[in-house]
Amino acid sequence: MRSLFGDDLRSKLVDSSFFDLLQERRPDLLPRMGLSALEEKKGMEVPRGTTILAFRYQGGVVIAGDRQATEGFQVASRTIEKVYKADEHSAVAIAGVAGPAVELAKLFQTELAHYEKLEGVQLSMEGKANKLAQMVKANLPAAMQGLIVIPIFVGYDLRKDEGKIYKYDLTGGRYEEAEYYATGSGGMHARATMKKLYRAAMDEEEALRVAMEALYDAAEEDLGTAGPDFVRGIFPTVKVVTKEGIRDVEEERVRGIYEAILEKRRRG
Amino acid sequence: MLPYYVSPEQMMQDKAEYARKGIAKGKSIITMEYADGILLVAENPSASLNKISEIYDKIAFAGAGKYGEFENLRKAGIRYADIKGYSYGREDVTAKSLANAYSQTIGNIFSQELKPLEVEILVVQVGDEGDPSELYRISFDGSIGDETGFAAIGGQAEELKVYLRDKYQKDQSFEAALKLSVKALEAAASQKVKPQNLEVAILDRKRSGRKFRRPSASELQGILEEPSEG
Repeated sequence: MRSLFGDDLRSKLVDSSFFDLLQERRPDLLPRMGLSALEEKKGMEVPRGTTILAFRYQGGVVIAGDRQATEGFQVASRTIEKVYKADEHSAVAIAGVAGPAVELAKLFQTELAHYEKLEGVQLSMEGKANKLAQMVKANLPAAMQGLIVIPIFVGYDLRKDEGKIYKYDLTGGRYEEAEYYATGSGGMHARATMKKLYRAAMDEEEALRVAMEALYDAAEEDLGTAGPDFVRGIFPTVKVVTKEGIRDVEEERVRGIYEAILEKRRRG
Repeated sequence: MLPYYVSPEQMMQDKAEYARKGIAKGKSIITMEYADGILLVAENPSASLNKISEIYDKIAFAGAGKYGEFENLRKAGIRYADIKGYSYGREDVTAKSLANAYSQTIGNIFSQELKPLEVEILVVQVGDEGDPSELYRISFDGSIGDETGFAAIGGQAEELKVYLRDKYQKDQSFEAALKLSVKALEAAASQKVKPQNLEVAILDRKRSGRKFRRPSASELQGILEEPSEG
C-alpha cells in the first residue's frame, strides 16, 4: 500500500540523512543529476563564483566571499551569495559553478536540519564535515566535465570548544586547516595576504580586517573577483561563528573596514 | 482456516475499540495558542523518547498512543516536509497538506490493515504576525479535526477539553498558557505533575527561520514555581 508519503512507513532508510533520502526517492532533485549528462562544449560558459575564504581567530572563525559571479570575461552577477549559514554553529562558502554551488548549499542546510529533527540532536562538527565531503564526492562526475564546486566549511565545535576550518578538493577529500584558507579563482592571492598577516592570537576586529584585506588583494589580482563596490553599495558577505552562534557582520561594519584599508593604501 | 463472515460495521467497531483502548493507556498532550505562538505540553517521564517534535519552520507534531507508531509517522512527516520544501519553496510546506497526508495514511491503515494504528496526533502551524495559527487533530481512523485556540489528544482528551473550555483565554502570555496546561493535565490525571516529567515545546512566531524551541528545564521550573495570580 502506498500512502501519500510514498512507501514511507516501510522505508528501508535507517540513516537520518536527507541526501540519502533524495537518492532513494527523488534522485532528480540531487544537484549532480542532469548535469552529469551535460558535456562541456568548447566555449560554453557557465556563471562561476570566485573567491571565498575562512580565517580563525581567538574565539571563532570568520568566513567571507566576494559577491561576483563571472561568465568568461563577463560579469554574470554582482550580488551572488556564496556564504551560507549551515546551522546555528556552522557556515559553508562555495566557489565554482554557481548553479550547483547554490544547490549544494541548500542541500547541506536541509541535511543538517533534517538530521537534527529526526534524531533530536545535532550532528557533531566532524559529522557535518564528513557529510559535506560525501556530497562533494557525489558531484565528481559533473566536476570531471568542468562543473566544479569547492566548498569551505567552518564552524564552532561546541564539544572541543574551538573554531574549525575544513577545506575540500573535488574528489571529496576533506582536510582540516588550523589557521586560514581561501579558494576560488582569487584564492591564491587571498591566501598570500593572509599568510603575511596571520598571527595566532587575533581578536575579531583584527581577523575581519585581515579577511577583508585578503579579499581586496584577490580582487586586485584576479579578474573574476570583485572588490568593494562603493558606488552600488555592494560589499562581500562576511559571517562570524563563535560559541554563541553564527551572525552576519553588518554591511556598515564591512564598509568601515574597507574605508580604513583604502585610506591606509592611499597614504602608502 | 475457514473463511467466516464479519460485517464491515462490526469490524470497524472492533478496530475502533481496539485503537481507543491502546491510546487510552498513554498520557495526554495539550496544544494551546498564546500571544506569540503555540505551546505544546505533554506529560512524559522519558527525556529522550519525545512525543513532541519539530517538523518544519513553522510546523510541529505531537503524538499520543503507541510510541513506535507515532514515531514512524513523525519521521515520515519530516521527510515529506523536507522534500517538499527542497523541491518547491520553504513557504509551500503547510500544516494543512501535511495533516491531509497523515489523515490519508492513518485512514488507509485503519480500513485496510488488520491492526489499526493506536495513535492520535496533532499537527500545528504558527501563523505570522496577524495570521491565524492552525491546529489539526488526527485520530486513529484518519478523521481530521480543525481546532481553534486549543486542542488535546490522548486518553483524557475529552476531560481536558471540558476543563479548558471555560478557562482558555485568547492572547494569554506564554507563562499563563503553560500554567493553565499543566493545571489541566493535573486535573485530568487527579495528581501533581512533576516539572521534570513535562515535555514542553513552543512555536515562537517572534523567532526568525525555525520557530520551534524547547524551553529549558530551569526556565520551566521558574515559571511553574512562581505563585500564580488567582
